[in-house]
Order: sequence, then structure tokens, then C-alpha cells
Amino acid sequence: MTRQGIEDVRAGGPDDAVCGVVPTHVARPRDTETLGRLLAGAAERGWSVAVRGGGTAQDWGGRPRTVDLLVDTGALTWIDHDAGDLVVEVGAGTPVAELTATLAKAGQRLSVDPVRAGGTVGGLLATGVCGPRRLRTGTLRNLVIGMTVVRADGVVARSGGRVVKNVAGYDLAKLHTGGYGTLGVIASAAFRLHPLPPALRVLDAPLPSREAATRALAALRRSTVVPAAVELDRAPGGRSHLHVVLEGTSAGVEARADETVRVLGAALAVEGRGTPGDGGTAMARGEGHGGTEDATSSDRAPENGVRVTDRLPDGWGLLPTEGTLIRLSVPPARSAAAAARAAELGDAVGTDLRTTGSARAGALVVAVPPGASAEVIGLLLEGLRSVPEWSATVLRAEPHVHEAGVDLWGEVPGLAVMRAIKDALDPGHRLAPGRFVTDRPDDLREEP
Amino acid sequence: MTETAHPIPAAVAALVPRLRRICGGDGVLTDASRRRVYESDGLTRHRAVPGVVVLPTTAEQVTAVVRLCAETGVPFVPRGAGTGLSAGALPHPEGVLLSTSRMRRIIEVDPDNECAVVEPGVANLDVSRAAAPYGLYYAPDPSSQQVCSVGGNVAENSGGAHCLKYGFTVDHVRGLDVVTPQGALLRLGGKAPDAPGHDLIGAFVGSEGTLGIATRITVGLTRLPERTVTLLSAFTSMDAGGRAVSAIIAAGVLPSAIEMMDALAIEAAEAAVACDYPAGAACVLIVELDGPAVEVEAELAEVVRLCASAGAFETRTAADADERARIWKGRKSAFAAVGRISPAYIVQDGVVPRTALPEVLRRITELSAESGIRVANVFHAGDGNLHPLVLFDDAEPGAAERAEEVSGAILDLCVEHGGSITGEHGVGVDKACKMPRMYSPDDLETFDLFRRALDPRGIANPDKLLPTPRLCGEVPGVRRGAHPLVESGEAEQF
Ligand SMILES: Cc1cc2nc3c(=O)[nH]c(=O)nc-3n(C[C@H](O)[C@H](O)[C@H](O)COP(=O)(O)OP(=O)(O)OC[C@H]3O[C@@H](n4cnc5c(N)ncnc54)[C@H](O)[C@@H]3O)c2cc1C
Repeated sequence: MTRQGIEDVRAGGPDDAVCGVVPTHVARPRDTETLGRLLAGAAERGWSVAVRGGGTAQDWGGRPRTVDLLVDTGALTWIDHDAGDLVVEVGAGTPVAELTATLAKAGQRLSVDPVRAGGTVGGLLATGVCGPRRLRTGTLRNLVIGMTVVRADGVVARSGGRVVKNVAGYDLAKLHTGGYGTLGVIASAAFRLHPLPPALRVLDAPLPSREAATRALAALRRSTVVPAAVELDRAPGGRSHLHVVLEGTSAGVEARADETVRVLGAALAVEGRGTPGDGGTAMARGEGHGGTEDATSSDRAPENGVRVTDRLPDGWGLLPTEGTLIRLSVPPARSAAAAARAAELGDAVGTDLRTTGSARAGALVVAVPPGASAEVIGLLLEGLRSVPEWSATVLRAEPHVHEAGVDLWGEVPGLAVMRAIKDALDPGHRLAPGRFVTDRPDDLREEP
Repeated sequence: MTETAHPIPAAVAALVPRLRRICGGDGVLTDASRRRVYESDGLTRHRAVPGVVVLPTTAEQVTAVVRLCAETGVPFVPRGAGTGLSAGALPHPEGVLLSTSRMRRIIEVDPDNECAVVEPGVANLDVSRAAAPYGLYYAPDPSSQQVCSVGGNVAENSGGAHCLKYGFTVDHVRGLDVVTPQGALLRLGGKAPDAPGHDLIGAFVGSEGTLGIATRITVGLTRLPERTVTLLSAFTSMDAGGRAVSAIIAAGVLPSAIEMMDALAIEAAEAAVACDYPAGAACVLIVELDGPAVEVEAELAEVVRLCASAGAFETRTAADADERARIWKGRKSAFAAVGRISPAYIVQDGVVPRTALPEVLRRITELSAESGIRVANVFHAGDGNLHPLVLFDDAEPGAAERAEEVSGAILDLCVEHGGSITGEHGVGVDKACKMPRMYSPDDLETFDLFRRALDPRGIANPDKLLPTPRLCGEVPGVRRGAHPLVESGEAEQF
């Protein structure tokens, strides 16, 4: 067999490092076919392969053991937008910002909030994490309707299609979304789109205590205002806020914002009636309460400390670019408790944590400041994982945390099946070896 | 006698004592007349009497049955309520049919976490009924929702009239207990979102019973909307109705449902249930809007205006539940109603990009004219999901074949226009051989690699979803050569 597909390869340098691992070769295929040939060539040589889109998440996931070839998707940039069908198909290397701008011209959007600035569509998919506005239209997994992937052996395979409703064949895009490129290299994807809402309101409610937070969330749950996001932000030091995003017509959001202020106000106002506090959770620190003395008077004092604006806060949805990030998934009703628990654990190890995330969904992220020791991260994870039904996975760790061998994933139900799928689609485990849970270091020790 | 007509195959008969030990005497059906009850699902033109039927009551029993199958290489077919329309639950004559009909417990409704935990045999509508006291409901609403099972919905990734806004089953499943074809009981996800690792739940939903059996399902519940309005608009042509749909979507309105019926479907519904749709309508649109009252008001005004400018000659708005039910009555009765104007019919399920609807509908009219086969159209216009009803007289020689041809040609049209061969009924046996029209040999081989990763022996609902030589003749990409286990003598080719 002739060796092929490897012509346009340059040597990798420090700037190309993936989690600190410098790739031997770097290639930038110009289209899906070239990418297919490239991976076929890599397969022939037994090369390990990692992928780079915008380079914003090269330090996410596990650290690859080796990277013989880094595939730069930077040339796979194309946008095929069917505005009338509210569908778009895009090359994996397309910057998310470019896609957003193109869609906005037609009054449409891909309804997810990216958590990193400067990323590509492929990176967004491969990491699979997205931000606050997930309550009405779901997350990325709910919006991907088709995907073209190049397998480890270079074969180009598509699943799904370009129509929103389609149940023909297995929905393999679900496996690649959040799979860190370990089952194949994403070449392009098709998404379902939504119209850009004409108007927006953002409510910002300070939360005086964990109990108040729980009450506010419960009250929102019972209301019919249909928020797009209910985002909890517990900053270091204990200041907590709830951001509620309403999207719709301009008359609509106005009225819904009033209703939400009333609902939140009533829930927060109860605080003033002498509830004994929250048993010392960190959330109570440093924040006076804005509630009135009497819950029933909330309609006379509708603000209750709740501010309403028509703009998203700066840096909306973006995660810190430094330090360790832990994804914490909990049953939604436990969101406030989970943020408080994280803070307690942080206090115990002397680290100021910030917990943000969709309180309505139970999808939180705990951000640990840079420099926290591996031991600290290990203790935090242990504390969070000890609660039944909670899961805590490390999205991004610093090099010393990788070196210490901290378990990034915790218990992963179905791992044996995930490994079987990995073995079927990438038998040589050449795609980003070590990056994902299917071949974390301890598993390799178990089954050499 | 029936017993001699359908004797239990030896490989299956050998399992019966052990199956009885697992499921109890009343949980195993061997009598041919009782087995025959399960010979088809909702697509009755495919029939096979199962080797044996088991009716487990717990996940442990399901696991034990599947382990037995895995050990012996005997295939199994999961079955829910049997309303499927692609012969996905068609029994295997030499296999075990595993019915979830005795697993019907609603384990929990948890309003604080906005979810419910149910066994797979629970009827779809019962979830909403149980959630109603909390102001919640289960959003996916297939028309068969009174009977179809949540397990079946999971297997088919079922949609409903309201999936335009609220999505399909996969968008609402948070947790799944699954018995894999190798007999492992997994608990994937739960009340918390974003389960770690690969999204196995996402891959399992829609896998048509080929990756194992769902034994417990955690579904998200949705808050009942503050306001729901249904509107009926009548047009003198399908083109005009189609223009209205495009205009509504282009205006950025997202109705919860947009349904469309053509003249023949209206005529049938009128004859059956006297739904009293506007006289002279060649097309009616049913648009439903829901959400916060203020938003619904604004959208309603917009939709009424858009329908009028697209040429609607009459628009009715229903505000209360009774009036809404009256509008929906015609639409909901349409399939059954067509049965009254035609001795037999085929329900097709294909998808086209919404913008291709007018063109595809015109081509269907042409196909119908050329073949002399009448086609009624009742469909989910909002997402381009066509359900043409191809009418024929089964007493007339060759009519069924001609109807099949028209029905197949409609699917070809869908694929030509960049659509899909199925939007909600699934592939099953019925469309397995049509998969190569939509997917390349490499795509199909990738599906097959994935399937075999979970089911190396090929025992979970074999001959469904992917084309096999047995069903379709030689198909590139799938199951090339003998199955490794067949070669090694460990299994027989089914
Ligand atoms: C009148 C009518 C209207 C319909 N309307 C709609 C509609 O609007 N939208 C729509 O999407 N569908 C519709 N359908 C199709 C059908 O109702 C759905 O596909 C439904 O989800 C099937 O559920 P079931 O319990 O009847 O499954 P079955 O028919 O028993 O089985 C369907 C498939 O699921 C598998 N299966 C069943 N239970 C399990 C389990 N626990 N684990 C794993 N696999 C399992 C079976 O092996 C089979 O492949 C309609 C059908 C009818 C007859």
C-alpha cells in the first residue's frame, strides 16, 4: 500500500502543545476528503492523533499520552445556512463567533451560550459543555441534527442529516458531542436553529442565604414565566446572585419580567420574617437581604433588590480561563445546596471557589483558582462525589494536577460499554489517547 | 392445530424451563394461540409468531432473560404496547419476545426536580396524568399516547404534534436503566443532568430495541403553559397553506404545533366525525401556540395576520379546551377516517426540509395522478414530516403493489430533497432495506460497528434498523461475510 495523505505536514512546536504535550507533526487539512486521507495515513503509521480547533480547550480533558499528529481544523471553515428551514451545516473549524454573526444576519441563532471565547464549532461539540441558556431549547446535544466524522481509520461517516426530524439510523452525533474527539474527528455538523428573540430581560436577584436561594428557585419553578436561563452565581466570599433571562416579544418580556420580580420578591422577602438563618452556610456571608418585612407586601415593593436590565452581563456564560474547572451535576432541586456544599469544602481546604451554573437544570461548574494543589483538588472532588446522585468531573486541570494523577472522572456508569464503543471505532486507541475517560490511566493499568 | 402450525423451535424450547424459573409460570407464554397475539405490531403486514413470549415484572427478570439469551445465542425482541409502525417489534420465530406489559409502575413523580421515574411499560399519557396535580406534564405526545409505552417511545425516539417546539423523546430522557444485549444492567444518568462520559442515553434513545432493553426511565416534566390557543385556517390551495407556514416560521414565531391537511384528508375527516371545517377548503392549517399569556397574545395576532396575507379565506380561533378539541377532532381522526373512504391504505412517514414542502407536495399529486392511486396528506408541516396516506383497494389484484410503489416513490422524493426516510415511525424491518438510499456504505458500516460493540452476538432485535443480506440481499457496508460467531460455530445465522 502506498503511503499517502501526509504531504502537508509541518513539525509541531511548543505553541501546538496539547495539555503540555508537544505534537510531532501538525497538519491543516483543507476539506473533509483531505482530512480522511490524512487520518488514513496516520493509521498506516500507527500515529496518535489529537485535534485543535480554536485552541481554547487544549488544556481540557485528560492529558494525552502522546500526540504524533495534531490536526488543525482551521481550514475547515464553511457555513451552509438554510434560513428558511432554520438549519445550518458548518465545517468544524468555523469560529463560533463567525457562525453567530452569519446567523444573526438572518435573525437566527444556534441557541447555546459558549463557555469559552474564541472557540470553533468543532471544539464546542467535542467538549460538549455549554452555558446558561439551556432551559427552553436544551444543550448542544439537543440541537445537533447531523454530523460528519472521520474515523480513526480515515473513513468518512455521516449520521443524522439536515432535517430536524429524523429517526433513521443511530444518533452517533450524541456520542461525539462531549467525546473530546476520541471516537473520531468531527469534520462538520448540522444544527437546528431558532429565531433570535426580539427582546430580552435579565433579572439580577441577590440571594441573602441558601434558604432564600432554594425558595426563589422553587417559586420560579412553580411560575409559568418560562425563563431561558436561571443562572446561579456564588462568588468567592459568599455573595450569591441569581440571573434570570427572559426572551420573547418586547411586550411579553416586559410583563414576564414584572411577574418574575414579583415571584422572586415574594420568595426572598420571607427572609425578613426571622427565619433563623441557614445554619452557617458560606452563602450567607457578606450579603444583607433586600427583602421587605412582610411577604404579602411584596406587590407594593416589587423590586426587593431585584434589578432588571435588557442586556446580558459582561462575560455572560464564559468560564474562567485559568485554574481548575469542575463540572458538578446534581438533581436540580439541590443546586443551591450543591453550591453551598462546594463553598464549605472550599473553606475547609482554604480555597475560595466560585460556583456558577444553571440552577434550574442542576448543571453547575465549580471554578478553583489557579495554583490550588492536587491534594486540594482531590479533596474537593472526593467531597462532591460522596453525595449520592451527584457527579463531579474535571473539565480542565493544571499540569501539576495531571502529574499527580488525580482522577478527573470519578465513577462513570456505563464505562464498560463506552470502552467497547471506543474499541470498535478506534481499536488502536490512537485518537487522543488518555484524553477521555475511556482510557484514563488507571484503566490502562487494570487492563494492560 | 395451532401447536403444529407453530411448534416452539428446539433452541427456544430448551430455554422454557429456565424462563419459567425466572419469570414464573404465568410470565411465560408457550401456547401457540397466545403467542400469536404478539405476531405483529402496528404495522400488520409483517407477521411472525414468536418462539416464546416472556412477561417479566422486574429489571432483574429482564436481566436474567437477556443473560440466558446471551449465553445461548437465542435472539430476543423487546416489545412495549405494540403500536410501532415500522415492525420494530416484529417477533423472531426462533427467539424470545420480551414484553414490558407487566412493568407498568410509575415509580415516582418528583415535582421539585421536575421529573418522573417510570417502568418501561407505563403508557405515555399516564405520565402526564400523574404529573398533572403538580401543574406538570410529559411533553412528547405521540398520537398513540393513550396506549404506547414510554419504553417504546424511548426505543423509537417518538415525537408528537408538539415536538416542533418541545422536541422529541430524546430531549426529555434524563436517566435510563438499560439491560445490554450481553446482560449487564446499567444505570445511566438520573435526576441530575449531563451524565459523565459519552452520552449513552442519547445514543440509546431511538435505537429500536437493538442495543438492549430499557427497564426504568427518568423523564423530565414540563410546566403546563399559562395559555394555549389553537387556530384553524382554511385555504383554497396547499400552496397557499404552505406559504402561510413559511411566513410564520420566517416571522420568528415558534408554534407548539403546525399541522396541515389536504382536501382528501378533510373530506375523510368530515365524513367520519363531521368536524365542520370551512366548506371549500383545499387545505387547512392547525396552529397551536402556547406559553406565557402575553407572548401567546402577540403571536396569535401575528399568525392570524400572516395566514390572511397568505390567502386564508377563513380563520377560527379557539380559546377554551372545548373549542380546541373541536379543531383537533378532525386532525386526530384523520387516519381512522381515511379507513372509511378506502378499503386499505399505507401510512408513509418521511421528512423533507420545510422549504421543499410545496415542491414535494406537487410531485406527490403528480405521482398520484400518474398511478391512479389516491394519496391523502395529513402531516406535521412545521417540521416537514409528511404522513401521506396511500389509498388502495386490497381486493383489487395488484393494487397493493402499486400503492407500495407510490409510497416508496414518495420516500425517494424525501431523500432527493435532502430529507429522511423516517421522521418518527422508525426503520424497523419495514425500512431497513431503504437505509442505503440515505446512507453510504461507510455510514452503514459505522452504524454496524457501533451496534456490534454492544451486541457482538447479534441477538438484540436482529434484522431491524440496518439492512441485512437476509432481508435485502447483498448490501455493501453491513455484515460483510459471516458473523464471526457463525464462523466459529458458536451461533447460527438468524
Ligand atoms: C394510531 C397511531 C398513532 C401514532 N402516532 C405517532 C406519533 O404521533 N408519533 C410517533 O412518533 N409515533 C406514533 N406512532 C407510532 C408508535 O406509537 C410509537 O413508535 C411508539 O413509541 C411505540 O411504542 P410501543 O410501546 O407501542 O412500542 P412497540 O411497538 O411495542 O415497540 C416499538 C419498538 O420499540 C422497541 N421497544 C419497546 N419497548 C422497549 C424497551 N423497553 N426497551 C427497548 N426497546 C423497546 C421494540 O423492540 C420495537 O423496536 C403511532 C402509532 C399508531 C398506531
